[in-house]
Amino acid sequence: MKAEKHIAWEQKGKPPITFRFFLRLFWTTFTLSMFTFGGGFVIISLMRKKMVVELGWINDEDMLDFVTIAQSSPGPIAVNGSLMVGYHLARVPGALVAALGTVLPPMIILTLVSLGYKAVADNQVIAVAFGGMRAVVAAIVLQVTWALFKPLTHQKRALPIVLFVLSFVALYVLRINIMVVMISIILFSIIHSVIALKRGEK
Amino acid sequence: MGSLLGKLFISFFQIGLFSIGGGYAAMPLIKAQVVDLHGWLTAIEFSDLVTIAEMTPGPIAINSATFVGMRVAGLVGVVVATLGNILPSIIIMLILAKLYEKYAEQTLLKKVLEGVRPVVVAAIFTAGLGLLQLAVVSFTSPDIFASVVFVLSFIALNSRRIKVGPIALLAIGAVVGIGWSFIF
Repeated sequence: MKAEKHIAWEQKGKPPITFRFFLRLFWTTFTLSMFTFGGGFVIISLMRKKMVVELGWINDEDMLDFVTIAQSSPGPIAVNGSLMVGYHLARVPGALVAALGTVLPPMIILTLVSLGYKAVADNQVIAVAFGGMRAVVAAIVLQVTWALFKPLTHQKRALPIVLFVLSFVALYVLRINIMVVMISIILFSIIHSVIALKRGEK
Repeated sequence: MGSLLGKLFISFFQIGLFSIGGGYAAMPLIKAQVVDLHGWLTAIEFSDLVTIAEMTPGPIAINSATFVGMRVAGLVGVVVATLGNILPSIIIMLILAKLYEKYAEQTLLKKVLEGVRPVVVAAIFTAGLGLLQLAVVSFTSPDIFASVVFVLSFIALNSRRIKVGPIALLAIGAVVGIGWSFIF
């Protein structure tokens, strides 16, 4: 696991904008969307695994910022995340290609499903296939959590850890809505940053 | 037909514009537009749609737009409803992405975003635990199966020797799931 960390990013960086790149971007978001169950944070985890670790197109810091912005904006998180990532890599064409790759799989699948949805809902084979995929997705998301958690501890500061624990308790134990938690922490973070910067100026 | 497509577009545009915070935030908005306001689906069809949306990949809003679009106006409806749904995202995210690329290095924004990162990690962790519960508890028979798949996947992901991408691993999970159901 150590070997994969950040090295890809430093070595590769943003890929050159060629037709091949757009095909690859489309295929990446298409396949990610095709296999992503269970909400926006899941696809974001998979995107990190694919684009940060495997392809080395983005770094972890940018990826986390994209998640923050995607989550706090209107619309599906997966679509918002793809638009941010696509724009980062190749401006407006990149954003549109990534978004298209993300919306096409659910469009195709639901079109087919709407033709005979009772059969799909009751199908035992499809149910177990989904069951297997859910278990894998859970493993991926938890592994990504661990990979993202480690950098928080690197700075040797207590605040990020405290915020992590507080947010986790709020989200998982108290079941407080993510928007409420997010907005509270954004406000806290603004105040904290302004104070920190003012102190630095003196 | 034209006015119907117009209504479809405007309905899903509103859903896209006003649903902040993911699929479960969009749900009540979708129901209000699709069931209560326009009567495109019955309440029972809507609950079926929720089940299917949870079973199939992709954002719930896109799934709903496709399902309702297909019901109301066929493939044209699918495209119109989906476009309407993602248009607010496209406009807003392009503006925010441009601002981000321009100002991300500015100290204040950088510090604020840094401060929010622990929340995002906690949110991803929460989603992961929720999925784990769902995977291991939801089905009666593949209980043990799901646990085994989870543990093996986790080991594979953390191993330095095994190099397997997320999509390959998911495909393996699906195939193993089907195989398991035939054996047991």
